[in-house]
Amino acid sequence: MKTKILLAAATAGVMFAGSVLASTLDDVRARGKLNCIINTGLAGFAAPDDKGKWTGFDVDFCRAVAAATLGDADKVNYTTATGKTRFTKLAAGEGEILSRNTTWTFSRDVDLSQTFVGVSYYDGQGFMVPKALGVKSAKGLDGASVCIQTGTTTELNLAEFFAGNGMKYNPVPIETNAEAQELYKAGRCDVYTTDASGLYATMSSFDNPADHMVLPEIVSKEPLGPVVRHGDDQWADIVAWTLKAMMAGEELGITSANVKSLAGKDNKNKEINRLLGKDPLQGISKLGLSADWAVNIIGQVGNYEEVFEKNLGMSTPLKIARGMNQLYRDGGLFYIPPIK
Amino acid sequence: MSFLSNIWRNEKSREIIVQIFVLLCIGWFLSWLISNVDANFKALGKDISFEFLFIPAGYDINQYLIDYNNRDSHLRAGIVGLLNTGLVAVFGIILATVLGISLGIIRLSKNWLASKIAYWYIEFTRNVPILLHILLWHGIIINTLPHPRKALNLADVTFLSNRGFYIPKPLTENGIELVYLFLVIAIIFSVLFFKYAKKKQDLTGVQYPVFWINFFVLISLPLIAFVISGMPISLEIPALKGFNFRGGMHMSPELAALTFALGIYTAAFIAEIVRAGILAVDKGQREAAESIGLKSSKVMKLVILPQARRVIIPPLTSQYLNLTKNSSLAIAIGYMDLVATLGGISLNQTGREMETMVIVMLIYLSVSLSISAFMNWYNNKVKLVGR
Repeated sequence: MKTKILLAAATAGVMFAGSVLASTLDDVRARGKLNCIINTGLAGFAAPDDKGKWTGFDVDFCRAVAAATLGDADKVNYTTATGKTRFTKLAAGEGEILSRNTTWTFSRDVDLSQTFVGVSYYDGQGFMVPKALGVKSAKGLDGASVCIQTGTTTELNLAEFFAGNGMKYNPVPIETNAEAQELYKAGRCDVYTTDASGLYATMSSFDNPADHMVLPEIVSKEPLGPVVRHGDDQWADIVAWTLKAMMAGEELGITSANVKSLAGKDNKNKEINRLLGKDPLQGISKLGLSADWAVNIIGQVGNYEEVFEKNLGMSTPLKIARGMNQLYRDGGLFYIPPIK
Repeated sequence: MSFLSNIWRNEKSREIIVQIFVLLCIGWFLSWLISNVDANFKALGKDISFEFLFIPAGYDINQYLIDYNNRDSHLRAGIVGLLNTGLVAVFGIILATVLGISLGIIRLSKNWLASKIAYWYIEFTRNVPILLHILLWHGIIINTLPHPRKALNLADVTFLSNRGFYIPKPLTENGIELVYLFLVIAIIFSVLFFKYAKKKQDLTGVQYPVFWINFFVLISLPLIAFVISGMPISLEIPALKGFNFRGGMHMSPELAALTFALGIYTAAFIAEIVRAGILAVDKGQREAAESIGLKSSKVMKLVILPQARRVIIPPLTSQYLNLTKNSSLAIAIGYMDLVATLGGISLNQTGREMETMVIVMLIYLSVSLSISAFMNWYNNKVKLVGR
């Protein structure tokens, strides 16, 4: 009996064997492609379009890193992961980046030996109900059946919210967003809960989005962002500064349309020069990137605003307002360190 | 040299040498696997620790047989999940056994229609993957049954809705002890009477209607006590409050779907096993039994089934094991079994995939081994005694 267990355990362990010796950047360059772990399907964040091509906010971030490291945003292999499998897949080396609306928490950062490199989207957990239910506040949900997408921080927030308000509920944990939607639509649950962005994405895919509403209470802080494996600081810096370059692009007024002309001339704002490689940016060679890294990111993918508006903004079915997800000068939370 | 070649030529010693060699190879392979795991964990900066089992789980579970709330530990959440696995396995095994044995016998019936219906049932059911059965039953329950506010109402005490089935819950009051006492007396009487009747029949051939007498005693004695002590049982009737029914006993759609799917699927396999077992009994046995004038139901009960049992039990054990292991597919519909709690949410919250998976595997292994051990014991008991 003992041998059997050891064998099984060891076999499971072999699957964790990733190439952790060479630097991640060298691996990506040698392969000529970036491996990126994304959601199995969440409208606006990662979903295949009608031609089967992955699009969305999280997908565009993968493309931005590919543009920075390989000079071509299309050189990405996508691997999908559920909430449950994502950290295992990242640890096992199935991707260099986990770009899948993942909440930054202490234990995930510290205990799981991963590195969160920044926040790409500030989110919070909300509740969606059919309007016919007649509920106007999450405080009126005592006794409700609640569908949860499992394998997330959602279960803990939910438990704390209901316990904190002295209410009871009946949890129905579901593995993927698609299945949870079906149960919600069939009336198995009164309420569907996940991050508010996910609720808007789900609602936008319904036949009658107007029959449903997201309740005003946001019961948690969910800073979402890309994650990399612990231990390769160079790679973590590359991913972190790719995100910051996109935000700096918005701050400095660099867009995919004007980036080429701005890069070709001497700008009054020297920060633009440094970002776009016109003036030397000290240390960029230590990252292993070429001087035109930010030109590639913004030129091929866009700045943060462009990516947000294209995938999530008011012109999309999701209609998500920028809210906290804008620059500090516009009332949001993004404050980018100087590019010096 | 001649000594060595002699060893090699000797059949006995050669066998031993080969076995030692094979054992060394397996040992080397195992140690390589373990050192590989160890090295990779070190490289990832992870350690192996089971301390997470004792920190609060933080999540809620929708069905618990022992007290549980979200401040309890991951260990307790795992136990709650294990009990849920056990519950659905027991329900499934009972349903599968009853249905399977009936179908297996019907399948052999001389009635063409009955036999063909059983045949088509078996062929259809066992050729569709179990996951589809589970999703189908869950889909049927949540899509065809009404919302709780329009629940199917049976006599104002039992309700069917897409949130599950609600039945009244018996609550015991003072004086119930007398009923328990009379029930125990009735059971003791039944057992003694059964033994007495058997002995009497062995000695004299006189038969008592044992079943009916025992049935009457088992029902009437507790009933008399119940009336004497002033009916000390009240019913808690489920009632619609807010979003859902409260009170009463509740069977969730997930548990119901899983029980139906596992029971109905496994029944098809059991039916075939039972049929094979019956056909394995020499037809001379049946003819001999009929020739001494036994009714066909007695032929089956006294002659065929006891002999068929020996053929049936080993493969039946495998089916019970399969059913128990298949119950881990519960996660597809949100039934919170062992895989969904310890192997699912706990794994995700703590990130200890190796530790949780090893525990879950160990538990399934020991559950399977205990079912196996029990069935082996039973098999030894009923197997043909060689004289």
